Amino acid sequence: MHIVVCIKQVPDSAQIRVHPVTNTIMRQGVPSVVNPYDLFALEEALRLKDQFGGRVTVLCMGPPQAEDALKKCISFGADDAILVTDRAFAGADTLATSYALSAAIRKIGEEQAVDVVFTGKQTIDGDTAQVGPGIAKRLGLQLLSYVSRIVELDLDARHIIVERRAEGGVQVLKTAVPCLITMLENTNEMRFAPMENMIRAARYEVRKWNKEAAGIADITKIGLKGSPTVVSKVFGPTPREDKAEMLNAETSTPRDMALNMLQMIFTRKPELEAQIVGNV
Amino acid sequence: MSTPTPPASAASKPLTPTKGGRNLELSEALKAYKGVWVFIEHDRGVVHPVSWELIGEGRKLADKLGVSLSGVLLGSPDDKLDAFATEAFHFGADSCYVVRDLVLKGYRNEPYTKGLTDLVNKYQPEIVLLGATSQGRDLAGSVATTLLTGLTADCTELNIDSNTRALAATRPTFGGSLLCTIMTLAYRPQMATVRPRVFQMPPSDAARTGSIIEDTLSMVESSIITKLIDFIPDAQSNKVNIAYADIIIAGGKGLKNPDNFKLVWDLARVLGAEVGATRAAVQAGWVENERQVGQTGKTVRAKLYIAAGISGAIQHRVGMEDSDVILAINTDANAPIFDFAHYGIVGNAMTVLPALTDAFREHIAVRGRKVA
Amino acid sequence: MNEKFDVIVVGAGPSGNAAAYTAAKGGLKVLQIERGETPGSKNVQGAILYADALEKIIPDFRDDAPLERHIIEQRMWVLDDESFIGTHFRSNDYNKPPYNRYTIIRAQFDKWFSSKVREAGALVICETTVEKLLMDGTQVVGVRCDRLGGDVFADVVILADGVNSTLARKAGFHGELAAGDVALAVKEILFMPEEMIQARFNIQEDEGVVIEMMGKITDGMMGTGFLYTNRDSLTIGVGCMLGDFKNNPNRTAPYTLLENMKRHPAIAPLIAGGEMKEYAAHLLPEGGFHAIPQVYGNGWMIVGDSGGFVNSVHREGSNLAMTTGRLAAETVLAARTEGKPMSAATLRAYKTTLDASFVMKDMHKYRDMPSVFHKNKQFFTTYPELVNRAASTMLTVDGIDKKAKERQIFSSFRRSRSLTGLVGDAYKLWRALR
Ligand SMILES: Cc1cc2nc3c(=O)[nH]c(=O)nc-3n(C[C@H](O)[C@H](O)[C@H](O)COP(=O)(O)OP(=O)(O)OC[C@H]3O[C@@H](n4cnc5c(N)ncnc54)[C@H](O)[C@@H]3O)c2cc1C
Ligand SMILES: Cc1cc2nc3c(=O)[nH]c(=O)nc-3n(C[C@H](O)[C@H](O)[C@H](O)COP(=O)(O)OP(=O)(O)OC[C@H]3O[C@@H](n4cnc5c(N)ncnc54)[C@H](O)[C@@H]3O)c2cc1C
Ligand SMILES: Nc1ncnc2c1ncn2[C@@H]1O[C@H](COP(=O)(O)O)[C@@H](O)[C@H]1O
Repeated sequence: MHIVVCIKQVPDSAQIRVHPVTNTIMRQGVPSVVNPYDLFALEEALRLKDQFGGRVTVLCMGPPQAEDALKKCISFGADDAILVTDRAFAGADTLATSYALSAAIRKIGEEQAVDVVFTGKQTIDGDTAQVGPGIAKRLGLQLLSYVSRIVELDLDARHIIVERRAEGGVQVLKTAVPCLITMLENTNEMRFAPMENMIRAARYEVRKWNKEAAGIADITKIGLKGSPTVVSKVFGPTPREDKAEMLNAETSTPRDMALNMLQMIFTRKPELEAQIVGNV
Repeated sequence: MSTPTPPASAASKPLTPTKGGRNLELSEALKAYKGVWVFIEHDRGVVHPVSWELIGEGRKLADKLGVSLSGVLLGSPDDKLDAFATEAFHFGADSCYVVRDLVLKGYRNEPYTKGLTDLVNKYQPEIVLLGATSQGRDLAGSVATTLLTGLTADCTELNIDSNTRALAATRPTFGGSLLCTIMTLAYRPQMATVRPRVFQMPPSDAARTGSIIEDTLSMVESSIITKLIDFIPDAQSNKVNIAYADIIIAGGKGLKNPDNFKLVWDLARVLGAEVGATRAAVQAGWVENERQVGQTGKTVRAKLYIAAGISGAIQHRVGMEDSDVILAINTDANAPIFDFAHYGIVGNAMTVLPALTDAFREHIAVRGRKVA
Repeated sequence: MNEKFDVIVVGAGPSGNAAAYTAAKGGLKVLQIERGETPGSKNVQGAILYADALEKIIPDFRDDAPLERHIIEQRMWVLDDESFIGTHFRSNDYNKPPYNRYTIIRAQFDKWFSSKVREAGALVICETTVEKLLMDGTQVVGVRCDRLGGDVFADVVILADGVNSTLARKAGFHGELAAGDVALAVKEILFMPEEMIQARFNIQEDEGVVIEMMGKITDGMMGTGFLYTNRDSLTIGVGCMLGDFKNNPNRTAPYTLLENMKRHPAIAPLIAGGEMKEYAAHLLPEGGFHAIPQVYGNGWMIVGDSGGFVNSVHREGSNLAMTTGRLAAETVLAARTEGKPMSAATLRAYKTTLDASFVMKDMHKYRDMPSVFHKNKQFFTTYPELVNRAASTMLTVDGIDKKAKERQIFSSFRRSRSLTGLVGDAYKLWRALR
């Protein structure tokens, strides 16, 4: 069977700094990583491959340096990696991104029919969780979002049963393959790559597709042009002006300090006291 | 690239139409789109509170635009859709679009996408709001792609841009280190999802009424590929609803180990509070991820939020800073959390937490007696 | 499939990258193994790059290397608690390309260098730790990594694994490093807008300043402090001998030392408002010439910090690292063309070229520095105070004639150190520097 996993290279936003004066992002020196959520999708795909055989292709749309992210996926055990990269993609929003990715997946399907497409739940930079559903819609694939467990896959009967995280419980859904799964986080743990794969990844040449190679004819649907949303303003979070009232644990006994704190809290918000007493 | 990542220079520049060769003008045909819609999410007989929060916010937007506010209710004939509609009117909706069909029993992407898409195409609203829940996000993405329009996810603020009359949706970007305001200028409807708890619950006015517009869905079960074969509700034990908790005791990496984290539970028990945590604490395996507060966890609006051993990283902050009273306990007097906490205790959480627990216990005992 | 390579390089710092690059350029089949997440991720400090060493490896590195600022001014400060006395050397020659010294941020620089290593054709593997050397008798035949099927083989293994040099020690090539031979340095990178840096240090875009400091800031321990200007950040740090930290009567922790230094009246205003970007502590080999171990053997060579190649007086390391890395690789290339086996006898050539190079010459020149400073703490305690007091006495205008002042100063020196002591110190210093 053939599985395609969509992965994105993202800046490790824990390390992003914002210029205090101009409020612009300082990408310089911020390392790029595989979007952490996508690793759960990749691991799940690899497990299916372990179970049913076949191949896993990882797909990414991004700048040339995103090939590092793809190579990393190869080291984990993906068979093939395709980077869709073209200046024309710059500034794409979710709609344009799903268009470009779905076109690429169609192309990949021409080489070998695709049974399951995986995406992560969301990216840590875009963080919209919309690209997965978008791809499914454009490819006419059944969408299984927030999947926490794959219960059963029957390639002969061509159906799949999954558990999907919903509010207050999980839905058990049965549908037909091909389908698109957006994998929930913390549902599995990425394997530790063996030396053999590390060396294979170091050697591996990522296949780079420009828009033509990805089978994209209509450039009004990609990049900035294909993005209905417009960023009108970027700004930093407004700092609170009133500073916190501080107590120092060292200067008084913990008990006095605690009682003191209670008083401060209850005088600021009397109804809290009533509620807390009521709670118990 | 999946959300418009602001170019390093895009810092609050005024918008000029046809920027980057794009058409940013609204066509005459699309100007006909009027009204604000809120998709009312319900499952097994209950409406998700986020829908009411959105009705409250949608009301403000509708008034700014001078248009009407409508709720959208999709469901099966045996769902209490009329009751939900009435509630929607109480919270501020002028009307509700209601579609009843057996294929809409229990949420499924395909029929719900068709249901909402058909309604939009037929009645042409200018704004459609959904909750950023697993259902709302699933649906919004599919609908926006079908309609080929703009969708802004996980907004923290909604407004109307005075000179374009467009929806100005503000959301965190780059892991919360920045905020950006996003607009959909040349496409309709303008879609946005908002997380639970970002907006306050609106007041309910039992006197308010509204009109119901019934519509139908032309779909037969046999044409729907995906079947909902079961629903397994979460066991009571791990049914965590910290998003709506009034009092939250949250612990972070500073507690050093799972044993110390128990001190958080102790205090929570005394206060009848929920337990929250930072991602670091969750990743350390000290608590379930349902309890993670922040950008990739839950957004909370507690009346009292006690943060022990939490540095106050921006990704945590964005999830809890709207709490009424924030008390931070941290050994490091310079920890960022003191920048937005209301009260700070510089000290060791391992000693401060038990002290607070005892103090509260005493206090409750005393006051409890007084009450009785 | 346990593959065999011509060369395995352990470590992707400057020395490892220089070795891997040179070997791969020379057409060898090279595998480089780095334990960090990415090359440089383990060494995040900003630093000074000395162009010459890199030029010999990548002549046109200036075209695309991530260089922060070229140094046009060097300041040397001797500080007591309240004041400092110092020299500033600024020359327009430093402003004429090609520049010879730059500030760099190691994380970015190492990443760039590594990309060059890949282009040259070496296989680079990260997040993989070499656990031990594989031996066949006395011959090193490969390495064992912490991964499934982690054995890989090569004719020669170049150890560029940094100051701890764990692998060589495990293999018994040299003993534990003495606390007296390593310095512990702590560093911070403070973010600061470009414009602010240029204003505060009186420099233009791309121009940089280096401040080297000694004196009371090291709390009586043997060490120095430093402050570098990067493009939009400052690197500030202080390092002292590890042994001195251990024996410090005030138990001053490295971080406290840095915090105090940042509060010094001469330094605080320069760094005010800087947002801490990262903090790093790192060891430096400072045993100097006398501490350099055996650096070659059957199928192995040691380069960079791992071999103790650091010139503590001028705080040069990366350049020695790159040079030793290059020379080691060139040794392998030569042996290849001559069809020699990778035996100790063949690899001795590495040591021979080292001795002939500036590396060993410099290491030898300063061979006695460490011990002199180490045995004579007054260089870090009494003297800084004395010279500062001298300066202030001289410069304070208070109606006392200058001759009297000179007498005052001289007696103050006498009071705190015997005449023979003073002369002795001067002599020692002269010997060590000569
Ligand atoms: C894309 C992305 C998304 C993220 N999403 C989230 C999110 O949703 N929620 C979230 O929380 N984080 C999130 N993070 C992680 C976030 O950046 C921080 O790493 C995390 O919040 C830090 O958790 P912490 O404060 O518990 O740990 P630390 O940052 O390690 O802070 C520990 C604190 O405890 C203090 N301390 C130490 N000992 C004691 C003691 N004895 N008593 C009291 N205090 C003590 C220390 O001074 C320190 O301030 C995200 C990161 C990224 C990159
Ligand atoms: C605070 C400080 C300031 C300095 N300032 C300067 C300066 O201004 N100018 C200058 O020229 N020099 C400076 N130096 C010295 C310079 O940093 C070092 O001399 C130089 O980094 C040595 O390079 P290296 O490749 O030998 O070692 P390193 O740069 O330490 O590289 C060793 C690499 O090997 C990897 N490694 C170690 N063990 C293993 C293993 N078992 N398996 C796989 N990988 C492994 C490590 O992760 C590391 O990446 C400074 C040093 C310090 C600590
Ligand atoms: N540029 C991209 N290239 C490949 N996959 C992507 C890209 N952007 C988003 N995705 C996939 O879509 C998922 C949701 O992304 P987002 O909608 O940005 O939260 C991610 O987890 C990825 O699997």
